[in-house]
Amino acid sequence: MKKYITRRLLQLIPILFGITLLSFLLMNTGTADVIDVMENNTGGALSEEEKDALRAELGLDKPILQQYVIWLGKTIRGDMGESFVSGQPVFATFVSKLPATIYLTITSILLTVLLSIPLGILSAVKQNRITDYIIRFFSFIGNSLPNFFVSLLLIYVFSLKLSLLPVMGNNAGWKSVILPTLTLALSMASKYTRQVRATVLEELNKDYVQGARARGVGEKRILYFSVLRASMLTIVTLLALSIGSLLGGTAIVESIFMWDGVGKMVVDAITMRDYPVIQVYVIWMAIIYVGVNLVTDIIYHYLDPRIRLGEEDA
Amino acid sequence: MAEEQKITIRKQKIVKDHTKLKMIVFGALAVGVVLMAAFAPYLVPCDPYEQDLGSALLPPGGAHLLGTDRYGRDMLSRVIMGSQSTIFSALLLVVIITVIGSAVGIFCGYHGGKLDSFLMRVSDIFLAFPGMVFAIAVASVMSGGILNAVVALACISWPKYARIARSQVMTIKSMPYMAAAKLSGSGTWKMILKHIVPNIAGPVVVTAVLDIGTMIMEIAGLSFLGLGATPPTAEWGSMMSNGRSMLQTSPWVILAPGAAIFLTVMIFNLAGDTVRDLLDPRQKGR
Repeated sequence: MKKYITRRLLQLIPILFGITLLSFLLMNTGTADVIDVMENNTGGALSEEEKDALRAELGLDKPILQQYVIWLGKTIRGDMGESFVSGQPVFATFVSKLPATIYLTITSILLTVLLSIPLGILSAVKQNRITDYIIRFFSFIGNSLPNFFVSLLLIYVFSLKLSLLPVMGNNAGWKSVILPTLTLALSMASKYTRQVRATVLEELNKDYVQGARARGVGEKRILYFSVLRASMLTIVTLLALSIGSLLGGTAIVESIFMWDGVGKMVVDAITMRDYPVIQVYVIWMAIIYVGVNLVTDIIYHYLDPRIRLGEEDA
Repeated sequence: MAEEQKITIRKQKIVKDHTKLKMIVFGALAVGVVLMAAFAPYLVPCDPYEQDLGSALLPPGGAHLLGTDRYGRDMLSRVIMGSQSTIFSALLLVVIITVIGSAVGIFCGYHGGKLDSFLMRVSDIFLAFPGMVFAIAVASVMSGGILNAVVALACISWPKYARIARSQVMTIKSMPYMAAAKLSGSGTWKMILKHIVPNIAGPVVVTAVLDIGTMIMEIAGLSFLGLGATPPTAEWGSMMSNGRSMLQTSPWVILAPGAAIFLTVMIFNLAGDTVRDLLDPRQKGR
């Protein structure tokens, strides 16, 4: 087990090299750099010489590959540099934004699970009956609503009309997390309810269910002990994917609600061409990708011992 | 006292197959929406770009069925006009990713080898990354514009199609008819065009049709962030973004384009589900 985990974590190294180089090149293909953007935003008129001086100060005058090597060397020594815009160390900035994103990830995943698993099972058990149609109807609607529209609707109803909840920000305690959580959970839950329903239906049609029924095992027992356990594999895969992308920050929702997490941080950094901040984010994403996959594979192994660890390369 | 008798009647439900009817209805709706987008300039009641500050932010009703925005532009006309940029860029995007993705997938599945494993690793990375963030990065480097938004979303969406096409090619590669075709002297191109493409088209087309709705939402999302269509172009996402500050006083500025996105996406999703039911009956009712 230990060997397996080490081997998987070693895979992180080539991914990190590849992905940081890729993002470095991508951000440098644009015509404007951080200095141009900053000048545009402040409306200040800097002469070309002043801009070049600023570029030299940040090391932006060097060739791209040389910039990358310098950045890489510093990062390996544990120094991820400072933000071009704020001048703050990027690692500290990133760490300060992380709790907000993790908080939102946990609340929205919890709500999604609480909604989609019971509703999906109910819908599958009552297949083609009125309950099923109602659940499918709502999950269909949820699937067709873009989350920026949902969040604006929620803000309109709960914050502006009923004045129950704050419009934005994450400094009003538990109240401020409700709307972003609802927005994220509504769209995820509609997707997952469908998936849970499909998986449970598929399992219910399998021979072992019929066998259990023939042996007189109660319908509830079959559902909760056999079918649900067998359906867990699909559900866990889905949840892992969602947790991974939620931990990356939800660019749109975080921006709308002014939720001060990593998603908003990276969108701001992208518009400012603030490479050091973007690079930290990219490293974080690579770690999440490898980590989430590893954890999923280990959970697979426990859920279904037929799946052996370390055979995914075969 | 007569003993109460309980009679249980088991009705055998015969589920009628409405798939064909559904296909006609939803297909017609989808075609209708596309036609509306195509003929948008002839359908608008007012000029969607004509500003009239005297009648700014009028509520729905009267001369302006859906009200007006802050420059006094007719919302109904803007929503109809907006369908053009949103829907056609989504359709263009789906065509691009289907063609590029399946081409890569067919190539990888057919040839295999080092290039295959390299391209699959690349697609892994794309699939792992939060798509929207990547699209934002690409779109922002290319400095906005709806075509650039299409390119940005194409960059992140092709791997899904490559995966599907590749796995399909892998399955049919070992079929006897493939060996027969090869033995009868078909070249690579003939093999691909005549024997592979028709046989893998089903799942790819289903995925593509189901993706139209998603892509409409993503293009509108990028525009909402200011990275797609730029004002004054009428586009649903950017119209919503411009109306954000007026949410409290004049919500129709947001509701009209939002409802337009919702309805369009729903029509395409319904049509997509029905296409899947037709082409892949095993998945029915899922």
